[in-house]
Amino acid sequence: MIGEFSRRQFLRTAGAGVAGTTLGAMGFGGAEQAMAQAVRPFKLARTTETRNICPYCSVACGVILYSLGDRSKNTHASLLHVEGDPDHPTNRGTLCPKGAALLDFVHADTRLKYPMHRKPGSETFERVTWDFALDRIARLMKDDRDKNFQTTSKDGVTVNRWTSVGFLAASATTNETGTLTYKVIRSLGVLPFDNQARV
Amino acid sequence: MTNAWGDIKYADLVVVMGGNAAEAHPCGFKWVTEAKANRGAKLIVVDPRFTRTASVADFYCPIRPGTDIAFLGGVINYLLSNDKIQHEYVKAFTNASYLVKPEFGWAEGLFTGYNEEKRDYDRSSWDYQMDEQGYAKVDPTLQDPRCVFQLMKQHFAVYTPEMVEKICGSPKDKFLKVAEMMSECSTPTKTMTSMYALGWTQHSKGAQNIRGMAMIQLLLGNIGVRGGGMNALRGHSNIQGLTDLGLLSNSLPGYMNLPTEKEPDFNAYMSTRGFKPLRPGQTSFWQNYKKFFVSFQKSMWGDKATAENNWAFDWLPKLDVTYDVLRTFELMNQGKITGYFCQGFNPLMTFPNRAKITAGLSKLKFLVTMDPLDTETSRFWENHGEFNDVKSADIQTEVFQLPTSCFAEDEGSIVNSGRWLQWHNAAVSPPGEAKADTWIMAGLHLRIKELYLKEGGAFPDPIVNLRWPYGQPEEPAAEELAKEMNGTALADVTDPNDPTKVLVAKGKLLDSFGQMKDDGSTASFCWIYSGCYTEAGNQMSRRDTADPADTGLAPKWAWAWPLNRRILYNRASSDVNGKPWDPSRKLVWWTGERWGGYDVPDYGPTVKPEASVGPFIMNPEGVARLFTRGMMRDGPFPSHYEPFEAPVANAIAPKIRGNPASRIFKADLEALGNADAFPYVATSYRLTEHFHQWTKHVWVNAVLQPEFFVEISEQLAKEKGIEKGGWVRVWSNRGSIKAKAVVTKRIKPLMVDGRPVHVVGIPQHWGFMGKTKKGYNPNSLTPFVGDANIETPEYKAFLVNIEPTSAPASA
Repeated sequence: MIGEFSRRQFLRTAGAGVAGTTLGAMGFGGAEQAMAQAVRPFKLARTTETRNICPYCSVACGVILYSLGDRSKNTHASLLHVEGDPDHPTNRGTLCPKGAALLDFVHADTRLKYPMHRKPGSETFERVTWDFALDRIARLMKDDRDKNFQTTSKDGVTVNRWTSVGFLAASATTNETGTLTYKVIRSLGVLPFDNQARV
Repeated sequence: MTNAWGDIKYADLVVVMGGNAAEAHPCGFKWVTEAKANRGAKLIVVDPRFTRTASVADFYCPIRPGTDIAFLGGVINYLLSNDKIQHEYVKAFTNASYLVKPEFGWAEGLFTGYNEEKRDYDRSSWDYQMDEQGYAKVDPTLQDPRCVFQLMKQHFAVYTPEMVEKICGSPKDKFLKVAEMMSECSTPTKTMTSMYALGWTQHSKGAQNIRGMAMIQLLLGNIGVRGGGMNALRGHSNIQGLTDLGLLSNSLPGYMNLPTEKEPDFNAYMSTRGFKPLRPGQTSFWQNYKKFFVSFQKSMWGDKATAENNWAFDWLPKLDVTYDVLRTFELMNQGKITGYFCQGFNPLMTFPNRAKITAGLSKLKFLVTMDPLDTETSRFWENHGEFNDVKSADIQTEVFQLPTSCFAEDEGSIVNSGRWLQWHNAAVSPPGEAKADTWIMAGLHLRIKELYLKEGGAFPDPIVNLRWPYGQPEEPAAEELAKEMNGTALADVTDPNDPTKVLVAKGKLLDSFGQMKDDGSTASFCWIYSGCYTEAGNQMSRRDTADPADTGLAPKWAWAWPLNRRILYNRASSDVNGKPWDPSRKLVWWTGERWGGYDVPDYGPTVKPEASVGPFIMNPEGVARLFTRGMMRDGPFPSHYEPFEAPVANAIAPKIRGNPASRIFKADLEALGNADAFPYVATSYRLTEHFHQWTKHVWVNAVLQPEFFVEISEQLAKEKGIEKGGWVRVWSNRGSIKAKAVVTKRIKPLMVDGRPVHVVGIPQHWGFMGKTKKGYNPNSLTPFVGDANIETPEYKAFLVNIEPTSAPASA
């Protein structure tokens, strides 16, 4: 009987308040009634499960993220719990001391929330809008590109390169982010372009 | 990785050298435990420290940091001298029989063609002898004195067990035990796997460390087989993906190269990429280069990349030199860099010679950081007492700190060390106004494009014509980008043998790179990822755990590049006749009509064994290279060179300092220290409780490992009067740090050439932001020099001095 239930189905069923029936079907007799009343509903039963991958090392363990909120419009989902994905062929549900603490990474006090700007010579950051930040960065980039872009080498070869602005790309972002980053940076002609792969 | 994490359970011998998997990759290391428990596998660890991996090893051998090639060269010499190689494999599947040019040679620590002034080689003599038809000459008997096999015997003869002990400080009897255990895997039915990471890459000869072990694995017949392979454990969660996608100065996606200015036009660029087979009948798969390149250009510039403009070849920038991070920070120090972006990267706490990094950042006009966390780099201008002792008012850099989402808040794929592309979904929204990197990159592109359309300016063509086919231009979706990586038919793609037969209709997703064309009718951003998102759906999100024959390869879980292949070079798991070397561990074999088995064959599916096509189909030789021709800057065979800062002279070539082909800038050469002032060897490493500098922001991990420390032996502590848990100052010729001393039995002095050498271990997880106590990182001390081929900095072996001291003022 239990074999037909996955562990997760079982937890969900138990938490949904029909624990008595389930346990009864397994032959626990009358004892289950008192049991069901004494046990609080399983907290994770109310959560939404999302499959994810640990962002730290390249073992890339499967993780399950449990969040409150059903992702409907105008609700704010909140991450409640992270655990290893028992179906994952590499980690089989286990996590290391880093992966096991992922919840605290997502909720770290030092997670950044707003674009900040530091003026030359200043001792502090000041909060700015995204439009201010992106308009200003785009302006700085274009001005420098127009000034330092090299269309030909000394020997007259077409080189179309820009070497006075550099970009370090992140090796913990997705392939899809990497693809878009590549397109944007390469199309500008940027050559000082690198990621953690050789550092 | 050539293989997969789950495949390690089929190894008979696991060698962890240049890594510390139990500590740094714990959940992958379980497969070593499985191999030991269920298969009786043995584990060897060779490391300067008695690591957490060593603590569960069957045999541990110490080694001085930076001397791995001498050790591996000793193993190669042992295998050749004792005839412990897999003969049939070596003869048929490697270039052991190829004849090398008579001019090629080796003397006094240098190969032929060295130019001391340029610190570079003329590599023209490092090549095969060719016959009239342009094929390499071979001697199948391996007796010709110019064949690779004989040259290899000669080259490695110097690495005797006595020499290994003299250079590495590894006791001779321990070295011999390791060599003997490895040599047992020369039979076709015993397999060894190599697991390595940054312990091998972060040296001025990192690439050659790895080649040394790759050669051993080829001599033992362990490449392409189950439980074998060269397994780079890799660092960041998507470092494999970013490398595959070519986010490097000199790369295009899928391991194609960005053109250099020596290739002035498309024809010149393609002319050196003909990859004509070097032996009759070989595959030389890179012959398809043009199809992949044109498909990439179509992905970048769509209709604007045409046959007439050579597929927009001129819109790609052309290299004069490689702009790796060391060169970029050197240029920054020279005032030649205006602006710099750090996306999820913290160079202030990682790049070598921190003083130089701070000086460089201070010369920028602007710095942009994009990160989920408040990094030290974004606050390099802020005074944090002696942990970041700068004068803010003197730093004129304008800084933008942009908040980004993290893994739990975005969707997309990342690539594990076994090349699996695994899709993940978002569970929650980013905090505050934090945004996805894609939104930021799109925002920058659209703004810059608008400025160029409005104002004109320097060569706007590649920007204003960049293909941007996204439903919401300001926020491209992960699924759209995944399909772009995979590739699409821009016109009907027909069967080359039957033009009436449409293989892929216009507008449909490609099934694989086999359908790509060089006539502009296909677009694909990254050819090796083709097949990841097809008309059958998102292959990367597959979650079927079925695993026939319990191979550990999970072929229906996610998707592996290329073509969902889980073990590279897997045709080499069978002998020349297509029969598995080991029937109990068969992988891919000839069924009588085609190649079949448990994995996608890395081979022509119906090429008969008697056609003698080699199993290494990417190489023009069709076989693996024990001798790499002129493909690496520092030699066709690995050779022992000391780190740039070493306690002893090079025992083989006393006049040579460091790797003679490594680039080093003048000021950095002058900043090297010598053993008289800096007598101790330092090495950097990681702890299981921390991931780089991310987890110091995480409460749990900050509690587990709260404080920066260095690790020294009891003997050194006694010699220097250092107490357990006392404060020490550690300094190199470039910087100084303070740390708590962990006095341990895990590090012991090594006897090198008759005298003791002490090792100082320095972990790298601290800084001045986050939940942990403030601390330093090894990068305050490390030398600004990198690997000769790819410029990975030498973090693993350098010189320091140490003394007891008092606590930092603000600690």
